[in-house]
Amino acid sequence: MRLRHLIAALLAMIAVPVLADSALPPAELAYSQLKDPAKEAEARKLMETLRCLVCQGQSIADSDAEMAGDMRALVREKIAEGQQPAEVRKWLVERYGDYVTYDPPFSWLTAPLWLLPLLLIAAGLLIARRSFGKSDPTIEGEEA
Amino acid sequence: MKRGLLIWAPLLAFAVVFGFAARELWKPSDRTIASGMVGKPLPQMALKPLLLDRPGFTTAELATGKPRLLNVFASWCIPCIAEAPQLMKLKAAGVEIDAVAVRDKPEAVEAFLSRYGDPYARIGDDPRSAAQLALGSSGVPETFVIDGKGRIVKQHIGDIREEDVPEILAALAEAAR
Repeated sequence: MRLRHLIAALLAMIAVPVLADSALPPAELAYSQLKDPAKEAEARKLMETLRCLVCQGQSIADSDAEMAGDMRALVREKIAEGQQPAEVRKWLVERYGDYVTYDPPFSWLTAPLWLLPLLLIAAGLLIARRSFGKSDPTIEGEEA
Repeated sequence: MKRGLLIWAPLLAFAVVFGFAARELWKPSDRTIASGMVGKPLPQMALKPLLLDRPGFTTAELATGKPRLLNVFASWCIPCIAEAPQLMKLKAAGVEIDAVAVRDKPEAVEAFLSRYGDPYARIGDDPRSAAQLALGSSGVPETFVIDGKGRIVKQHIGDIREEDVPEILAALAEAAR
């Protein structure tokens, strides 16, 4: 019984994840830049703020996943057509939610991220003032 | 009195942080990405046929007056094999199913269909995942329930298991009303 567990554990160590990848080559614009450098720069800047949906921890500019490649191709195509980066972002957010962007808009959901540090600093200042500020004669009297 | 209460504040703060951490540990958050297109009309798509024996489709052609399923699948996708019997069951129940074949080759799809069953009325070729992205789908397989007017009423993420079939049939019946 124990040996079987050991074998299973050893096998698990050499297991490789099954990568579900298609047999088709990457889209044309997945790995090649746009001819117009200004548009490529725009597209690049946008791609760095878009989350890869499969790998979830990388931007589509960083990811080698097939879907990230297809998303890059989509972004480059739309930018080449003359769409503004904000439009392309909106198109994707409409489909995948704020999740798809690394630059989420300010909303009630994200408000604590921005406001909490300010509140904590304010609380810290208040505590510091009470501790180190004007000495309270009554407390000093007690200490003495 | 005021100081007496204040002394509990750090403990309270700790309890809040601990509570959040414990919740995330016990119930890991949901990582599936639901499509924002549910409840909206289908996006503009025009998919060429992948196989010779049946057509592709355009967005307008999916609004047939009768609710149907749009299955996003691929022959290279393992869970798609698992869901094939359920799609066959749905087809047997009279459900019309169209497919978006993501990044696929005709011969691979033909082999897939002859091996695992062929529930599809139309199969659109999506060589660069463009239709998949337009649908707000983030993986294969996914299944969209489309009403008679071409509006997406439901998205099923992942393979359709046996226990999911009644829910999908119910969504189709609801869309037909």
